Amino acid sequence: MIDTQALRTAAWPTEPATTLAITPATVELDAVVKVYGTHRALDGISLALEPGEFVALLGPSGCGKTTALRALAGLEAVDGGSIRIDAEDVAGLPTNKRDIGMVFQAYSLFPHMTVLENVEFGLRMRRVAAAERRVRAHEALDLVGLGDRGERFAHQLSGGQQQRVALARALVTRPRVLLLDEPLSALDAKVRVQLREQIRRIQTELGITTLFVTHDQEEALAVADRVAVMREGRIEQIGTPEELYVTPATPFVADFVGLSNRVPGVLKAGTITAAGATFELLGDPQPDGPVLAYVRPEDVVLDTSPRGKGLAATVVASSFLGSLRRTTVRLEGDLLLSVQHDVSLQPAPGDGVRVGFRGNPVSAISAP
Amino acid sequence: MNRRLTGPVRLGLAPSPVTRVAILGVVAIVFAIPLLSLLEFSFRDGLSGGYTLAHWTGLFDPENARPYRTLFQSIGNSFLLAGVTVGIVLVVLLPTMLLVHISFPRLRRVLEFICIIPITVPAIVLVVGLAPVYSIVVQVFGGSVWTLAFAYGILVLPYAYRAIQANLDGVPVVTLVEAARSLGAGWPTVVARVLLPNLRRGVLAAAFITIAVVLGEFTIASLLNRRNLQTALLQISTSDGYVAAILALLSLAFAFVLLLIIGRIGSAGNRSNS
Repeated sequence: MIDTQALRTAAWPTEPATTLAITPATVELDAVVKVYGTHRALDGISLALEPGEFVALLGPSGCGKTTALRALAGLEAVDGGSIRIDAEDVAGLPTNKRDIGMVFQAYSLFPHMTVLENVEFGLRMRRVAAAERRVRAHEALDLVGLGDRGERFAHQLSGGQQQRVALARALVTRPRVLLLDEPLSALDAKVRVQLREQIRRIQTELGITTLFVTHDQEEALAVADRVAVMREGRIEQIGTPEELYVTPATPFVADFVGLSNRVPGVLKAGTITAAGATFELLGDPQPDGPVLAYVRPEDVVLDTSPRGKGLAATVVASSFLGSLRRTTVRLEGDLLLSVQHDVSLQPAPGDGVRVGFRGNPVSAISAP
Repeated sequence: MNRRLTGPVRLGLAPSPVTRVAILGVVAIVFAIPLLSLLEFSFRDGLSGGYTLAHWTGLFDPENARPYRTLFQSIGNSFLLAGVTVGIVLVVLLPTMLLVHISFPRLRRVLEFICIIPITVPAIVLVVGLAPVYSIVVQVFGGSVWTLAFAYGILVLPYAYRAIQANLDGVPVVTLVEAARSLGAGWPTVVARVLLPNLRRGVLAAAFITIAVVLGEFTIASLLNRRNLQTALLQISTSDGYVAAILALLSLAFAFVLLLIIGRIGSAGNRSNS
């Protein structure tokens, strides 16, 4: 389970309200194809973002999520399909004409310019008058809490500060769409959590349509309105974080988003019988037969009392994770199960315990 | 045992400070003796055994302008050639390297190979190949001395390529270009406002190395019957050894100053990066 409450309480200085007026746009990717040699990096993906929506593209390395974002930015030419911003087909427009703001994975501040000059760069390209440029740049820096660092150079800032300046630089031009290409991946864990909260807060304040690429499922679920899970150039499922977690449409989504136990069982008429319990099948109907059911660790119940109910099991390992504890147990037949439970239970390796299931619906694949 | 675990292991192969100073001293002497001898020779007053400033002052005396006119023309030719060659490096090589680095990274090895070829070909062999080419160059551009810069543009490729490539490798060029493009910059702006300021060190180093190489070039100019500083030096040394010695010293001093500037640019770049 992702502890979003802890993420939301992460400390960060409160920034002043901004008057940056951004008109949010719709974004549509329709059957977009990108081919590298024989590899289809994007295999006809379609995705629509509502004005002001924050959508995360989530998937493993090489699934095409960054390619999709770069195609939207105009940094990659597409081989098929259409890309529209506010119903305008932008496929033929070069990057500098698409009116986007982008934050990159690598630090991308211009090293020969001060922070202020970096933030003013986009305004300079739009021939904004010097006085207005200065005001808006200061405003954007205040928005990310770096109003006092305008005269510094990039190498005088920490990684987190550099990415915040990059965010200010991307927003100061009031772009139609904000694109974030794994902007947090180079930062350490604590700064990453703080910055993603700040990004979300600013995005909500400005109401800017945002596409956020990440391979970190916790990050995607914590900040996005909707998450699109990608695999091999295709979108497996789009939904709210809750939908993805509770009702994954495919075993891949169940496996990739959060932890899952694979429990062998038998599917018959939409009901799975596995490990002595019955589960309703999630997703599309499947042919009857042996399956692997994906059961979440929090859907497994651990009972350490001597006369507990459920299947007999032996504790293999147990880890303290702060607000919860995760324990791995071995059932008969060498089946390993991961169980998430309250920290008040402290099983030790070798202990005999009992496990049961809450019986929530699960996704499944045919057993090999 | 503990020493091995806590610090670098000394194999005893590094020379002691005394040995290092001795080696440096010997090398310095090897370089200094001919230069000092040249300097001493330039002050000699013929066979009288005394010393005079006459050779130095005579070189810059307006009354001697006529006999040295050809010499100064040759020096002018060398500077003209250096300027045109630097222009070729900036207009042809630099954009090509940027294009390959940003848009065609797979061609980098090919470009590197092509740029290194001139250093493996002896100048005399190069001239054998260039001679028929120059018969056409003369028809198209005339026989002016500046046309020699086409050959020098090839000659300096290995040095200019290395200087620029070292800088390119140290800068996240692709990310900076993409960031600038996403902020609304067109290609000319990207090059002028983002790339060149960050490649200043490599470009200046390439330019100075080019000047140093061109000012020191003799073989190609001589065999293609063009006049430059080095051919003039050879010619004048047959009639006035003192002036030849003075000009050799001055050209060496000029090259030394250029190298110092390159070094300063490099260290300044390192400081700003750190």
